[in-house]
Amino acid sequence: MSDRADVIVIGGGIIGTSTAFFLRRRNRSVILLERGLTGQQASGVNFGGVRRQGRALSQLAMSNRALDIWYQAKSLLGEDVEFLPSGHTRVCYHAHDAEYFHRYAEQARAYGLDLEVLDGAAMFRRFPFLGREVLAASISPRDGHANPRLAAPAFGRAAARLGANLVENTEIVRVEKEAGGFRVESATGAVWRAEQLLICAGAWANALSTQFGEPVPLVARGPQMAVTEPVPYRFMHSMGVYTSIKEESVYFRQIPRGNLVLGGGAPGPADATTRRAGVLPGNTVQQIAQFRRLVPGLAPLHVIRVWSGVESYLPDAEPVIGPSTTTAGLFYAFGFSGSGFQIGPGVGETLAELLDDGQTAIPLEPFSIARFGRAEPVASVHASTASEA
Amino acid sequence: MNARFVRVAEAGRPTFDIVIDGRVAQAAEGDTLMVALLAAQDALRDSEFDEGRRAGFCLMGACQDCWVWTAQGERLRACTTPAAPGMSIVTRNSLAGEGVWPHAQG
Amino acid sequence: MAARTGLNVVVIGAGPAGVRAAQTLVAAGLRPTVVDEGRRDGGQIYRRQPEGFKRSYETLYGTEAARAEALHGEFDALRARIDYLPETLVWNVGPKAVHLVSGARYQELAFDALIVCSGATDRLMPVPGWHLAGAYSLGGAQVALKSQGCAIGARTVMMGTGPLLYLVAAQYVKAGATVSAVLDTSTFGQRLRALPDLLRMPATLRKGLTLMGALRGAGVPVHRGVTPLAIEGTPEHGVTGVRVKLADGDELRVACDAVALGYHLRSETQLADLAGCAFSFDQAARQWLPEVDEDGRSSVRGVYLAGDGARVRGADAAERAGRLVALAALQDAGAAPSGTPAEAARLRSELARYTRFAQGLRNAFPWPAHFAKALPDHTVVCRCEAITAGELRHVVREMGATEANRAKAFSRVGMGRCQGRFCAHAGAEVIAAEAGVPLEAVGRLRGQAPVKPLTMMVSAATQGVDDAPGRAREAGLTAQTQAQTTAQAQTTTQSAARACTSPQTQHGAPCAKEFSE
Repeated sequence: MSDRADVIVIGGGIIGTSTAFFLRRRNRSVILLERGLTGQQASGVNFGGVRRQGRALSQLAMSNRALDIWYQAKSLLGEDVEFLPSGHTRVCYHAHDAEYFHRYAEQARAYGLDLEVLDGAAMFRRFPFLGREVLAASISPRDGHANPRLAAPAFGRAAARLGANLVENTEIVRVEKEAGGFRVESATGAVWRAEQLLICAGAWANALSTQFGEPVPLVARGPQMAVTEPVPYRFMHSMGVYTSIKEESVYFRQIPRGNLVLGGGAPGPADATTRRAGVLPGNTVQQIAQFRRLVPGLAPLHVIRVWSGVESYLPDAEPVIGPSTTTAGLFYAFGFSGSGFQIGPGVGETLAELLDDGQTAIPLEPFSIARFGRAEPVASVHASTASEA
Repeated sequence: MNARFVRVAEAGRPTFDIVIDGRVAQAAEGDTLMVALLAAQDALRDSEFDEGRRAGFCLMGACQDCWVWTAQGERLRACTTPAAPGMSIVTRNSLAGEGVWPHAQG
Repeated sequence: MAARTGLNVVVIGAGPAGVRAAQTLVAAGLRPTVVDEGRRDGGQIYRRQPEGFKRSYETLYGTEAARAEALHGEFDALRARIDYLPETLVWNVGPKAVHLVSGARYQELAFDALIVCSGATDRLMPVPGWHLAGAYSLGGAQVALKSQGCAIGARTVMMGTGPLLYLVAAQYVKAGATVSAVLDTSTFGQRLRALPDLLRMPATLRKGLTLMGALRGAGVPVHRGVTPLAIEGTPEHGVTGVRVKLADGDELRVACDAVALGYHLRSETQLADLAGCAFSFDQAARQWLPEVDEDGRSSVRGVYLAGDGARVRGADAAERAGRLVALAALQDAGAAPSGTPAEAARLRSELARYTRFAQGLRNAFPWPAHFAKALPDHTVVCRCEAITAGELRHVVREMGATEANRAKAFSRVGMGRCQGRFCAHAGAEVIAAEAGVPLEAVGRLRGQAPVKPLTMMVSAATQGVDDAPGRAREAGLTAQTQAQTTAQAQTTTQSAARACTSPQTQHGAPCAKEFSE
């Protein structure tokens, strides 16, 4: 495999692997460099929600794009990543959140999201298992969930089958702009070169963006995940609590095998340097209490395993996506703040388009890295710049 | 139905009724729920992922094979739970029907 | 709870190691807490029968009757001087506290020193059909008899290797249960080669030979050097027989309705893992074990490991290791009684013999690693998730999963309720064979809490009723009552919930005010 390509992608999560896949479908050569194995970090430990509902309106174009990909995932990837169009429902306990459900439903309609908001008797008829504190439910019938442990690796394998050069177990220590493109060097001295560079290294992206004069306030946090024993398959909806009170914000989904995947509540400690994250025992106990509140019928079940991982958050909980403001040919996609899984393939397809065509119809300005302290964005670098040739 | 376990000692203990899949059976004082079930029939539950039945494995609370449903929708680990009068266990998913789990709100 | 003075020691496990550790600590003037999952003390080898059962110690424990009686009696005498928490699961370990659940009650218990005596379970190598109803571990077959007065079947075959194979078979015969065959995968040659190590404990060796003789005397067919081929049976009714290849190449089928399976023991190391202890690969034992020094100190200051839960050396060794590890904890805290160095030296020297003997047992009754490669693809490897050897090999071959956690993520092997207790060792062997890598390169499954299933009724609130189902009903009723008043109490709710913004410091107290279930 050559050490030169059109594009180097640093980071083998859902963003990097899907971008590599879509670049190969556009016949662009790509080298993907991953410190460990594909999909091991945030992409592999998250809840697995394939959820458009609730995203900032600016994300919905890519999120819709992503959903189309999820629906076709099996045939696109040649593997089953267990996507289930189960629908996604969010519920709330507080009146102001219920009001927000109605407002969001109206706004999101323009973006192709057809949400149904229920409350009271109609809601309890639809979801008889809900705890009686629930005030309203917002249902997104076409959303769903998938298996996060399988998805990014499957995109990676599909990209490799199409000819992408996937290099795992490779830590990148130096990235430099040079004439004609970029030079990327690993800890063992291996070097790769490409015209364009995409940094989608999650919690570790800041170390790289800083090398190009674009530091961002990225914070690592650990999702608090748990899974139950397998029990009869009864909960067809992926469901979560929408609330500003972190401890209340739990979510769950049941897979056909029967396990319920649980998550949410207060986050746990995560350290990007040591690549370790933990679940605080107290968080598990509190999370479980909140599940009893949300669905009292879960009380007889047992949690059989908990896990965490390193997710990374930006202060406005929106990702960085798009071109560098300092360096032509450099692009970013990271900081998805716990919501990168569903949208990942849509971002990947969009980035492939951007890198290949030099432009995309999807507005990326809201996600520009420029919002983190660039005094003036470099004028020649924006979403519709022609690629360096 | 054939019992799986064979009592070879500690005969003569007082017995009490439990219910297994809707049928009354006798347990002896001191029985674990697992022994009470397997002294009356040959399995504890349906296997989740194949067509077979399961009857426990390690008897010491390690393998987690012997979890059973009660008719009230509770989960009990049979080998570490004493059998108690009035226990009603559902060992066949097909007999569980509505109401074993999950409990809908009234 | 009496006021605690001095070192706060928590002992996990009330088997031989934990009991002797507690005893040693009490003798030094401490009041340790002893946490045990069982209803009664004794661990597995000295598992106590339920109150009211009538069999004598001799009937239950044979040649070990005196030891068992001494251990039980001395623990009974100790109870007034310790804090004993039976029927309590340690589901997680933090830096300075253990996390407990008893019924549905959660409790965080701080410690200065933690002594983990978590014991062992059987080590299993799959064979086609071992997932059928009627297949049990050798330990399970023993518990059925010892603790419940039952045989696991009307005609039982014991299969595998290790001293337990012969012990359980002999116990069944003595109790009048039918043992249709004892099928040992180890060979006479292996036993011969291990003799020098086995001769370190001649009395124990003699006991083993006596057991084998007793079986022959009772007319139980005993075959060595067998290769298990299949446990036969039907999905609905379970085991109907066992098929093996004999040492001479002939096939043998034994009709039976129960099989007790096991290949010696594996340490329960989950708590050591969660406590952050370092593990090393033991090539001779072909497994990952927590690092311990001679006295039981782990790589984590303040965390000690003793008994079969650290190194499988048997109950007698566990008693000595329990004493020794308690002395180490006392020494490290500057609280060791006079005479400790001499006592510790004596214990170390005795333990060295047990270590050699254990090595001999491993050589005499080796873990049949080579079986893994030959397992038919349809053999279930992960019982909990019903994942076959073929499915596991597929993720190794087609998805590059040559490491245990990656293979688990892709195949689900190890994702089940037992957290890999009964599939991890064999699973790793299958992965290594398929990937063509040394076993060590496969790594080990990452430990994750809870070490055993944690009820979703768990709550930190104190509750008078000790009955978990009753508490669940109460909780249901309480939630409904709360819901009716929630509409009025929303503002209060929000401010109460917001007040709990530091869950990390709350030590597990429920956050929202209305969940005092």
